[in-house]
Amino acid sequence: MEKGKLITPGPVGYMPTPGAFMGVDLPPPGKALLYGEIVDEEIAMREAAKAMLTRRNPTIFPGPLVLWGWNASAMEKAKAVLELAAEIPNCRIIPMPDYRPKYPKIDPEAEINPNHPNLTILHNRIEACIFVGVHCHYANLSLRMIRAGTNCFTIALCAEMGHEDAMVSLRDVHAEEIRKFKEVLVQVRKELGIEWEPKPPPENPSLPKEEWTTVSPLDFGEYAALLMPRRGEVIEETE
Amino acid sequence: MPEQKVVDPEYLILEAPRERKFITGSQAFAEAIKRANVDIAIAYPITPQSETMHLVGDLYAQGYVKDYYRAEEEYGAMSAIAGAVRGGARAFSATSGPGLLRGLEAIASWPGHRIPAVLGVMTRVVNAPLSIQPDNIEISYLLNCGMIVLHAENPQDVFDFTLAGFVISEKVDVYIPVAVCTEGFFVTHAKGYVDLPPEDMKLPPRDPYKAPVPPTDCEIPPARIQRDAPVQKSNFMSYLIHAVWQQEVWSSNERARKWIKHYLGGLVEVVNPDAEVFIVASGCAAAQGREAQRYAEMEGLPVGLVKVKSIRPFPAQEIREILKKAKAVIVPEHNIVGWLAKEVKAVIPNSGIVVDGPRVYGGMTLPVELIMEKIYEVFGVKKAKKTVV
Repeated sequence: MEKGKLITPGPVGYMPTPGAFMGVDLPPPGKALLYGEIVDEEIAMREAAKAMLTRRNPTIFPGPLVLWGWNASAMEKAKAVLELAAEIPNCRIIPMPDYRPKYPKIDPEAEINPNHPNLTILHNRIEACIFVGVHCHYANLSLRMIRAGTNCFTIALCAEMGHEDAMVSLRDVHAEEIRKFKEVLVQVRKELGIEWEPKPPPENPSLPKEEWTTVSPLDFGEYAALLMPRRGEVIEETE
Repeated sequence: MPEQKVVDPEYLILEAPRERKFITGSQAFAEAIKRANVDIAIAYPITPQSETMHLVGDLYAQGYVKDYYRAEEEYGAMSAIAGAVRGGARAFSATSGPGLLRGLEAIASWPGHRIPAVLGVMTRVVNAPLSIQPDNIEISYLLNCGMIVLHAENPQDVFDFTLAGFVISEKVDVYIPVAVCTEGFFVTHAKGYVDLPPEDMKLPPRDPYKAPVPPTDCEIPPARIQRDAPVQKSNFMSYLIHAVWQQEVWSSNERARKWIKHYLGGLVEVVNPDAEVFIVASGCAAAQGREAQRYAEMEGLPVGLVKVKSIRPFPAQEIREILKKAKAVIVPEHNIVGWLAKEVKAVIPNSGIVVDGPRVYGGMTLPVELIMEKIYEVFGVKKAKKTVV
């Protein structure tokens, strides 16, 4: 049976029904999800590109798997994300550096958080966004809450199997696939007649300039007491 | 212990040559653990689970399992399993009846904490007066935890479900625990033929970085990297986070369907799909149902069998499809509440065709004759009752 467009921009209402409950299956390798349907990757990429090029305030939300230099692959992926952002007119980058709730409240211009992602979406009037490098569990929570309460077009560039609740979900996405998506986006941009010289996205205005000299445990707020070892302390052996 | 080589799960579960052995259900659990590359097993002994965990303890002594200990009680055992798995280990535990209920608070938190583990559940009576005899009412307590619940008919199922359980549980799109339930004594202590792949092969080790959540670093205090947001502090955030988190657990349960189909050949097994009357059964009631179906066929009665392998996720669509032309459905069970009958009634449009029972409990066996009586009843066949003095 034709499923039709099951997953479209919201707001879908008070209590969202997960895509998995509606019969949306994750795509097999080489395929992608577009509005809950399994399609060829390129078709999904073109629709995602169109959304990022034509909807208001396109934003990329990189998660810990991109933000932190865990390994060479993460660093390469981060570079690819920056290259992609440079090709999207007026694109911003708002990070999801971790998954803890923010006290006493989040700065929605500085970051996005899976416990209340709508605050960032609504405050910045974001109508198209890309999740990349966010662990699947937290991406799914965020995507569903965004679909529930906002009209944002969500795109998931997933390194694993994809996300039912994103309007566009690509799977097995690493640096190479991000660059492939960038090429499709540039092509779509030309087709739409949008003039744009690639340039890096603006610096996040809410984040203090990082000078790498002033970091102290106090920067970790209420979690400072949990930092072990303390800064400067060297632990040579663990139990 | 033979030197074991790591092989692809697809090969070990689906393709490797198998050799037939005549072993108990407990031994089948142990044979699966032997090939599952388990890092740690933690348990607290309770009959009839104790034999299984004794055998797993032997595997630790032989070097198949890397660590093993007896916890202080079941709540501690199940909490320790959560800690080990969050730290990146592949873990196994097993329990029975009252032990399951004692550990249930911790077990019920596993899916939300995204704990991929396998739990053996050897069912027994849970209610007073104390008894250690078979009765599977405890499965009904597991049904709403969010975990995957498989119900094994015989030692072969025990082996297959347990080995595949680890692989299914650790799939990134699933990542919730798998309970492999089977009837204590009737399966755990009874021997049956089990086709086993070579014991010099094992699953690849768990990769804790291939996960939908970050692993916890056990080398430093867990509080330093708090993996799960403390969502209970809801005055700081939307209540919706907990709602969508619960949805995520059950979405994961849904996603497990395709893997259960892939590794276990489906959520149900059907015998004689064109029948007019079906026996729908799970666990060792399916074995008795299988015999009843065979007797009925010998007597020329059009009876089929639906063996339900997966209780969670429940094969609603499959059962609706198979039973769409059924005139009656008999659901034999080893418990008083009839949890499987309720499940079946809930997914078909004409629930009136479901015959409650036969049900046995409190350690009673399930004679095939009891199921045959129900079959005769629905076909209107009169049989003289034999009186045995």
